[in-house]
Amino acid sequence: MSRIATRFAELRAQGRGALISFLEAWDPDPATSMEILRGMPAAGADLIEIGCPFTDPMADGPTIQLAGKRALKAGAKMVHTLAMVREFRRGDAATPIVLMGYLNPILAYGVERFCIDAAAAGVDGLIVVDLPSEEADLMLPLMTTHGLDMIRLVAPTTDERRLPKVLDGSSGFVYYVSITGITGTRTASAEDLADAIPKVRRATDLPIAIGFGVRSPAQAAAAVKAADAAVVASALIDTLAGTLDSDGRAGPETVRRVLDQVRALADGVRQARQAA
Amino acid sequence: MDTPTPTAPVPHGANSLRTGPDARGKFGGFGGRFVAETLMPLILEVEQAYAAAKADPAFQPELDYYLKHYVGRPSPLWFAERLTKALGGAKVYFKRDELNHTGAHKINSCMGQILLARRMGKTRIIAETGAGQHGVATATVCALFGLPCTVYMGATDVARQAPNVFRMKLLGAEVKPVVSGAATLKDAMNEALRDWVANVTDTYYLIGTVAGPHPYPMMVRDFQSVIGEEAKQQLQEAEGRLPDVAVAAIGGGSNAMGLFHPFLDDPSVRLIGVEAAGHGLDTHQHAASLSRGRPGVLHGNRTYLLQDDDGQIEEAHSISAGLDYPGIGPEHSWLHEIGRVEYVAATDDEALDAFQLCTRTEGIIPALEPAHALAHVKKIAPTMGADDIILMNLCGRGDKDIFTVAEHLGVKL
Ligand SMILES: Cc1ncc(COP(=O)(O)O)c(C=O)c1O
Repeated sequence: MSRIATRFAELRAQGRGALISFLEAWDPDPATSMEILRGMPAAGADLIEIGCPFTDPMADGPTIQLAGKRALKAGAKMVHTLAMVREFRRGDAATPIVLMGYLNPILAYGVERFCIDAAAAGVDGLIVVDLPSEEADLMLPLMTTHGLDMIRLVAPTTDERRLPKVLDGSSGFVYYVSITGITGTRTASAEDLADAIPKVRRATDLPIAIGFGVRSPAQAAAAVKAADAAVVASALIDTLAGTLDSDGRAGPETVRRVLDQVRALADGVRQARQAA
Repeated sequence: MDTPTPTAPVPHGANSLRTGPDARGKFGGFGGRFVAETLMPLILEVEQAYAAAKADPAFQPELDYYLKHYVGRPSPLWFAERLTKALGGAKVYFKRDELNHTGAHKINSCMGQILLARRMGKTRIIAETGAGQHGVATATVCALFGLPCTVYMGATDVARQAPNVFRMKLLGAEVKPVVSGAATLKDAMNEALRDWVANVTDTYYLIGTVAGPHPYPMMVRDFQSVIGEEAKQQLQEAEGRLPDVAVAAIGGGSNAMGLFHPFLDDPSVRLIGVEAAGHGLDTHQHAASLSRGRPGVLHGNRTYLLQDDDGQIEEAHSISAGLDYPGIGPEHSWLHEIGRVEYVAATDDEALDAFQLCTRTEGIIPALEPAHALAHVKKIAPTMGADDIILMNLCGRGDKDIFTVAEHLGVKL
């Protein structure tokens, strides 16, 4: 069983949902970002999503755009993101890691070489934002060969007729983009989720994570009540950004503040009794 | 749903180069639909609506009406006799799309798309713009039909294209300066896409060139093909034959696709696209995606891009804000790879020289974009015979550029 499937099975046995915390690789610098990554599992992250910096992140709001910009300014490249995962795996064999990014840096790396290197580094799944199911054949066979889960985005605009096509070939978990909009802007209401998630549930046996707009422990709790996991990204990056000096450099509080917030979110998730 | 869409009004043979794209929006290995899932249903909706419009016998006559009475089509074909003499070689003809309402070819596609948006029941229009020409054309058709319009424009471009910003505002559009990324055209396009994901029900994204996800490259090409179709017929009337060479400038590539497409199956016609070489192809300051880029994915399609080894998109540079884009329409990438169209480049300085030559010999102030095409005409015309014919797309007028040109000539206005 893959790390992702194992982790969701364990959590199901414990009767609770998952917290998926996000960080942008090399934001604002390699050492800080590595320390945050290493600290996340102990702070309560059940899975970790690492953003791969890209100059043109068209699905992201200002918060993640700026994180990517800081990372690129620090010199981040795809090899560095993979190196972070390799480093992380030396101390943690269990926490699933998912890379989230855009297609072009993967194409530049070479799709096959990327799949081989990512799997070897200890990556478990990929979310390629601008690779919809219509274009998925570009990566799916190679990801399958190398044991990487292809995690698909499902959006409020994805209707029930389209859903099977979107889920076809997806594995690991399903990422439900809970709002029509970019990251870090709006939040879905409990009614929206109560309406949307059962439709996705009927179409798949995979765990469902809710992302985009999940910011607070209460919202994370609501997400794991409606689904199986909550993804928190922009709220953590806002916290990180708030600790940087005027040149964008990390301060003494940066790592601690981010991890404290992960802890608070994890508490929220753990206190929410998951509806069976 | 993959509904196969017919692409041109006339039937083409099996060996035709005019049948693309395929049902997945691909021209050879280029094009496609590389967008986030949130947008996917929207572009499928546009694709279906466009197919339905083409199948509706009322659509083309409606478009023709506006093109004739509002845009001012057909645009004339002009034999540039003094320029021809000055260059001392082939006869040079200008397709005068600078005489269109709003002063460029951009309105051809805006008119088609706004009619489509209305058919789709969309009540709000968004667009990206670089130089502001597409923004002005979009704001114009929105004013004509009373639709609210938001134009995204890089903050850098807002500063250097002040007259067009004011024009858009006069026309009732909201101009949103984009500060993300490098604050130029590619970032304006990112921001327009972000707006679209956030406003899926009421908004139509009116893209300004043959880029973006399928069906845009095909649809914008179809609407711009009126340029080449008219020119072909007009040249037939004037000279009784096809041109030997057709030349157009390339930013995203819409005026060039519009000129070239009707000639793709005429092998005797050499087609030449002119990219912006900026300060020179061997500097890092140019916009020559085909000459110096590599294939990659940006803004929803696979095409040649200016990018670094890690797949990060690089900034383009050109004196002409309309050519300042690090990508190119996917159909051009395909035509480049199969060798049907030659892609060359002209520098800022060459374009400035051509700009002045055109102004003095023909009494036409061209936009800096077609001045790049003219710079190449200047190179090849003298090498050709007096019976040879060059057809050049004069796709925009230069009023918008006089400040830039004055600055480069050291003149204070
Ligand atoms: C007059 C003119 N020509 C050319 C272009 C470049 O676009 P395209 O290559 O799509 O024709 C522009 C864009 O602003 C323009 O204004």
